[in-house]
Amino acid sequence: MLSVHFALFLIFALVCVAGAVNLLVQRHPINSALSLVVVMGSLAVEYLLLGAEFVAAVQVIVYAGAIMVLFVFVIMLLNAGEEERTQGSRVALLLGIPGMLVGSILIAWVVLNHSGTGSVEAGALPGPPKTLGWLLFHDFLLPFEVTSILVLIAIMGAVVLAARPEKREG
Amino acid sequence: MGIGLFIFISLIKIVIGLAVLLTGVAYSVWLERKVVGHIQNRWGPTRVGPFGLLQPLADGAKLLFKEDLLPPNVYKPLYIAAPMIAIICAVASISVIPIGNSVTVFGVTTPLQITDVNISLLIILGITSLGVYGVALSGWSSNSKYSLLGGLRASAQMVSYEIALGLSLVGVLIMAGSFSLRDIVDAQAGHCWGFIPRWNIFTGQFVAFFIYLTAAYAETNRIPFDLPEAETELVAGYHTEYSAMKFAMFFMAEYANMITVSCVATLLFLGGWHGPVFGPPILQAFLPVFWFVAKVFVFMLIYIWVRGTLPRFRYDQLMAFGWKVLLPLAIVNLIATALAVAW
Amino acid sequence: MVPLSYYLILGGILFACGVTGFLIKRNIITIFMSIELMLNGVNLSFVAFAAQWHALQGQVFVFFVMVVAAAEATVGLAIIISVFRTRETLNVDQVNLLKL
Repeated sequence: MLSVHFALFLIFALVCVAGAVNLLVQRHPINSALSLVVVMGSLAVEYLLLGAEFVAAVQVIVYAGAIMVLFVFVIMLLNAGEEERTQGSRVALLLGIPGMLVGSILIAWVVLNHSGTGSVEAGALPGPPKTLGWLLFHDFLLPFEVTSILVLIAIMGAVVLAARPEKREG
Repeated sequence: MGIGLFIFISLIKIVIGLAVLLTGVAYSVWLERKVVGHIQNRWGPTRVGPFGLLQPLADGAKLLFKEDLLPPNVYKPLYIAAPMIAIICAVASISVIPIGNSVTVFGVTTPLQITDVNISLLIILGITSLGVYGVALSGWSSNSKYSLLGGLRASAQMVSYEIALGLSLVGVLIMAGSFSLRDIVDAQAGHCWGFIPRWNIFTGQFVAFFIYLTAAYAETNRIPFDLPEAETELVAGYHTEYSAMKFAMFFMAEYANMITVSCVATLLFLGGWHGPVFGPPILQAFLPVFWFVAKVFVFMLIYIWVRGTLPRFRYDQLMAFGWKVLLPLAIVNLIATALAVAW
Repeated sequence: MVPLSYYLILGGILFACGVTGFLIKRNIITIFMSIELMLNGVNLSFVAFAAQWHALQGQVFVFFVMVVAAAEATVGLAIIISVFRTRETLNVDQVNLLKL
C-alpha cells in the first residue's frame, strides 16, 4: 500500500496543510506570506506527481515567484506590523473554527465513503507544453485573448491606483 | 539501471558539480579582481601565491574568522534564512545544466547532467524567480533604512527584468521546439553555409542574445545595473548589516548566479558543447566539455569587462529602460521569430 | 496509486483554511492571502480531475485561474496601498466609515 507515489503525496500534503494552518496561526503578515509560499511550492510538487509538469513549473514561476513576491513587497513597503486583537474576532474564533472543522470532517467522510471515483496513478496525465499550447490556441483561443486584455486592464488599474496623488501647488 | 545505481551516480554528479561550481565561484572573484585591475591600469591581487592565485583561499579564511555579528533589532529567523535562500537558489540551477554528451565510465553510461527533465529551462526560470526572496527578505529583516531601500529596489529591479529575460528566451524555444536544454543544444548542431556553426546567435537570435545579456546583468545586480548595492549610493544596499559568513553567502550567491546565467547563455545562444572535435577517443570525450567551459569563460570575461568599463544607471533610468525599451524589444523579437518560423 | 478522493480532500482542506483565514483575520493583506489559498485549493481539484478523466482541459483552465488570480492580486494590492495612504491602518475593523 505504501508505494513511493503515496509516500511522496502524503509528505507534501502534510507540508501543504501545515503551511495553510501556519498562515492562520501566525500574527505577523510576513510569516503568513512565507507559509503561503511553502504551500505553493508543495502544491507544485503535487502537480508533478499528477503528471502536470508545465502547470507545476508555471505555479512556481508565476504564483510563488511573482504574485507572492508582490505580496512580500507590499508588506515591506507598508511596514505592516503584527496584528492586533479586536473584539469582533474573538467571537469568530470561538464559533468559526469548530464549525469549520466539523464541516470539513463531514465533507471528507462523505467523499471518502461514497466516492467510488477510482484512483489516480503517478504521472497519470502527462501535460507536455506542446499539447497544452495546442489546446490553448485552438479550443481556448477566445478565453486566452480575453484574459490578456484582463491583464492589460489590471496593469493600468494598478498603475493608476498606486500612483502618488499629485500635489497641487497653491 | 536500477534505482540504487541511479541514486548513487546522481550523488556523485551532485558532489562533483557542487565542488566545481564553488571553485568556479571562488576563482571568478579572483578573475574579476585581476581583470578589473588591469582595466584600471593597476595589478590585481599579486601577493598571495603566484599571480595572486591563492587570494580566494585567503579571502575565505578571513571571512570565516570574522566576528559573526547579529545586530540587536533584526528579525532573527529571516535574517539568518535570507542568505541561505539566496545561495540555495543560486546553486540549485546547476542540477539541470548539461555540460556534454553521455560518457561511459566503468561500463556505466550517464549523461553529463545531474537530471534531464523535459522542462529544464522552466526550472531555471523558476529558481531565478525564487532567488528574489533572498534579496527582499534580507533587506526587510535587517531593520535598517539603507537595507530596506536597497532590498526594495533590488527586488523590483529583478522582477522587472525577469520578464524581458523570459521573453528573450521564447524566441530560442520557438526555434528549438522543446523546453529541454539538451534538445535546444542538439538543435544547434552542424553548420550552415559550410563553415558558420548553426548557433542560435548566428541563425536569427542576435537581438535576443543582447536582450538576454542586458536582462542578465540586471538580474544578477551587476554593473551597469548595480545601484541597489552600490557603495556610494546605499552603503551596501540589502547586505549592509551582514558580516562574515552570511555576507560571504551573498557574495558567493551573486557569482554563482553569474556563472549560471553564463551557462544558460552558452547553451541557448552559443551552441553549448558543440565545437571542433578531433583526435583520439579520449580527447573526443573531453573536448565538448572544454568547448563548453571555454564559452562560459568568454561570457564571464564579457561580464567583467562591462563591469570595468561602464558607469551605473540611475534607478529611474534603470526601470524605464527595462519596461519601456527592453520589454517591447523582446516582444518584437518574439513576433518576428514566430513569423519567420511559421513561413 | 492514490485515490482521487485524497487529492480532493487536500484541496478541500486548503479551501477550508482559506475561508477560515478570510473570516477570522483582521489584517487586510492576510485576508488577501487567504483568497489566494482558496484559489490554490481549487487549482488542485482541477488538476486532479484532469488526471482522473484524462482531459487536458483541466490543466488549461488552471492557467486561466492563475491569470485571474494574478490580475486580482495586482489590483487588490494597489487598492490596499491607496487605502493605507489615507487611513494609515491595515486593520479592517478600523476602516468602517465611508467618509475619512
